[in-house]
Amino acid sequence: MTTDTLTTPAGPGAPAPGTPLLQASGVTMRFGGLTAVNNVDLTVNTGEIIGLIGPNGAGKTTFFNCLTGLYVPTEGTVTYQGAVLPAKPFKVTQAGIARTFQNIRLFPNMTVLENVIVGRHCRTRQGLLSALLRGPGFRRSEAESRERAMELLAFVGLDGKADHLARNLPYGEQRKLEIARALASDPGLLLLDEPTAGMNPQETRVTEELIFAIRDQGVAVLVIEHDMRFIFNLCDRTAVLVQGQKLVEGDSATVQSDERVIAAYLGTPFEGAPGADEAAEVAAAEEHAAGAAAEPATGAASDGTTEDSAPRTTPASQEDPK
Amino acid sequence: MTTTHPGATERTPVVPLPAGAARAATAVGALATAASTLLAWTWTPEFPGNLTISGYPGGLQVLTLTASLLTLLMTAASYHLPGLRWLLPTGSDNAVALLAAGTFATTWYTLVAISAELGGIVNLEPGGYAAGAASLLTLLAALGLPLDRRTRESLRVKVVPPSRDGGSGHAAALPSRLTYPGRLAAFLAARAYLAVSPRLSFTKRPLKAPAHLPAWGEILVVIAAYAAALGIFTYGIDTSYAELFAGFLLTAVFGVIALAQAGVLARLSAITAHQRPIAVAAAFAAAAAFPFTQSDDQYATIGVNILVFATVALGLNVVVGLAGLLDLGYVAFLGVGAYAAALVSGSPSSRFSSIHFPFWAAVLTGAAAAMVFGVLIGAPTLRLRGDYLAIVTLGFGEIFRIAVLNMDGSSGPQLTGGPNGIHDIPDLKILGFDFGQPHQLGGLSLGRFANYYLLMLLFTVFVVTVFSRASNSRIGRAWIAIREDETAALAMGINGFRLKLLAFALGAGLAGLAGTVQAHVTFTVVPEQYQFAGPVPPNSAFLLAAVVLGGMGTISGPLIGASLLYLIPAKFQFLQNYQLLGFGVALVLLMRFRPEGLIPNRRQQLEYHDDTLPGDTGGPTAATPEKDVVGLTQAGA
Repeated sequence: MTTDTLTTPAGPGAPAPGTPLLQASGVTMRFGGLTAVNNVDLTVNTGEIIGLIGPNGAGKTTFFNCLTGLYVPTEGTVTYQGAVLPAKPFKVTQAGIARTFQNIRLFPNMTVLENVIVGRHCRTRQGLLSALLRGPGFRRSEAESRERAMELLAFVGLDGKADHLARNLPYGEQRKLEIARALASDPGLLLLDEPTAGMNPQETRVTEELIFAIRDQGVAVLVIEHDMRFIFNLCDRTAVLVQGQKLVEGDSATVQSDERVIAAYLGTPFEGAPGADEAAEVAAAEEHAAGAAAEPATGAASDGTTEDSAPRTTPASQEDPK
Repeated sequence: MTTTHPGATERTPVVPLPAGAARAATAVGALATAASTLLAWTWTPEFPGNLTISGYPGGLQVLTLTASLLTLLMTAASYHLPGLRWLLPTGSDNAVALLAAGTFATTWYTLVAISAELGGIVNLEPGGYAAGAASLLTLLAALGLPLDRRTRESLRVKVVPPSRDGGSGHAAALPSRLTYPGRLAAFLAARAYLAVSPRLSFTKRPLKAPAHLPAWGEILVVIAAYAAALGIFTYGIDTSYAELFAGFLLTAVFGVIALAQAGVLARLSAITAHQRPIAVAAAFAAAAAFPFTQSDDQYATIGVNILVFATVALGLNVVVGLAGLLDLGYVAFLGVGAYAAALVSGSPSSRFSSIHFPFWAAVLTGAAAAMVFGVLIGAPTLRLRGDYLAIVTLGFGEIFRIAVLNMDGSSGPQLTGGPNGIHDIPDLKILGFDFGQPHQLGGLSLGRFANYYLLMLLFTVFVVTVFSRASNSRIGRAWIAIREDETAALAMGINGFRLKLLAFALGAGLAGLAGTVQAHVTFTVVPEQYQFAGPVPPNSAFLLAAVVLGGMGTISGPLIGASLLYLIPAKFQFLQNYQLLGFGVALVLLMRFRPEGLIPNRRQQLEYHDDTLPGDTGGPTAATPEKDVVGLTQAGA
């Protein structure tokens, strides 16, 4: 029932579903000699949930920061609804991209409701003069902001805690509040940076439902996450970033079966001579241990490496007669 | 010995007495102290205030009388006497003990001051001894009441009385070679220490359900409270010698803490919040009534200076308290406003002596000039964060002073008159009302400073309005968001630089506004008024201290902080050489014990005192987590 109130479109003039919303082409970010993001292309269409995965240090958050204007990409362009994004974070938010942070960044000493109302900042126009004069326009705008914020709090399930300080919320609710605050700016695209980090499976499920509900409001979502089950349940497409480069992009089956992705996460198995040699060594050691087990008096010195494979039938007391 | 949990509160006396006897003794002691003020305390009227007349309390005796009667009243309330329930909503005996301590402190301060100034305790009359004994008795008896105290678990050791046959009270702690008297002494010392060691607990007890007051009753309470506040404040300003002011401070500080412990202040603020428009009007009326309580202009000067100081501090609170920008050169904006107003005031020493703006135009000029300076200084510096901003603003503050010092016609262009400043600034005349002349109003005489006090009060009200409206708006929330987390604020679509510049400009404009009045009040403006730190407020360091001491982000905080920071140096002239030392010590102590300031912001109170959050009830909650942990590990194993 609470979600009904959110059927109003997300973002000014959101285009029809399926059309490209965000287009990043050739985005490269260098810090001195380090290339954190290298020539990454990514397209997010309206109504889509896109996942972005990759091992730690792959450049996911850096790429996010390039999208949100926190960093200016060294090369490449990012367009949103066909227009190149400005290089200032607040202008990006104004254009319709909202984000959350990997390490929660709420306004800890403001109340939950105030946090969300701050999110309305770029969608309201009342300046200092209007605040000092307190005309009817000011009151209307305040009431509207408050009403919309309460709607969003109800949407994420925090309406009962509107007057709590944000810092006093439990971890999972802080994550939800960050999402509500981001939604308050009426975004067309929501960027979530590890929204389920530190959550238990139940909380992760709830977050999943929440993100689906957000998508159903017409907000496209781009999400960074390490939880593979979460990502593959959720996302229409997933892009894999490894060492700053996009390795593969596609639906969950494509990504899961891609050998390069598995290699990036688990490492490649050894092949060739060293592997064969080691296998032979292990086999020899096992044989030796088996032989030792058959001769209790001398076999007690069986080394630790074969402990598991060789059943030790020798009781410790039998070592003494020697 | 009962086991208690760290941080738990207990209700035990400091002095082991039966509660009933202690309460009765407190009442008797308070009554005796009150009676002793009717006796002569010293033989000579050389000690200021004339404490020699029997049957007529004077000077410091009045303070002792007030404190002891308050103690008596609070003790009566602790007996649950009908009609006094409002005085002790929490029912905590801490309030009685604190008032008794206040009585004791005031009385003994007086006795020590008499002995020190006149040379020996021989100068005390029997009345003085009686007062000292009675107030000591009151304090000891009050310490025998069951007080709310915070236990310190780490200090609790098992202390058992020693026996004569060699068994020691605490075998591990006491060497066996100690003789019985030694062990007994050690035992007594340990017991005494254990009795004293738990701190008085200032955790909040729930208030008892209030008796329902009709609206007119609440209004009367609000009016009475503000009238009392005006009376206390006026008494403090009018104290004519340092001893009396010191006694006043002692009584007032203990009294306020006691009332807070009793729950009266919480009740009062609830009523005030309920009757907000009336409370605001009453506060304004009380402030406006101040000059009418003054028979001469001597203390109205202090009043107007406090108002200027407080108004500027409130302007700084926009910058520091709301937007979180540490500005160490703020007094420069006051200077810009004052110099701008002085230049267009028609003063003969002004560079433009032919120009004489009407006052409203001068005010606009001063505020606009300060605002322009704010933007000019802010535009390059606000790109810095934190400490760097503080250093740069400190530099700009000094640059202003030195630039003004050198614009004297020889080192630079003649604009400000250099070290001589601009003097002979004429008094204001608004609509034929000459601020320089005393006026009769309803049989009461208003002198020059009283006139300016009332004018300045209008400006203070204006700044208070601006502050409260700005802080509670879209812009104010954006400022607070920037203070809390600038990166997150940017990500929420807040134009950080522009809003910081707006806060800087608004703060500067408000200071400039106050400066225009200050120029006329003081007749002259000289560069030395606008230093970073100096003996006379306002200067940048004192302004910042007033904001931090009073409570950042609040309205009443800087007003109270500024009053204290102005009054204390003004009244303790003899401390002149140690003033900054005392100031530093006070700041350190304040930051240690009350980092949120005297008037805590609702948010900061929660920030710094998380342990007093609801749900922290001591014992039971302290035990449960352990249990849970054990359960979890067992389940895991």
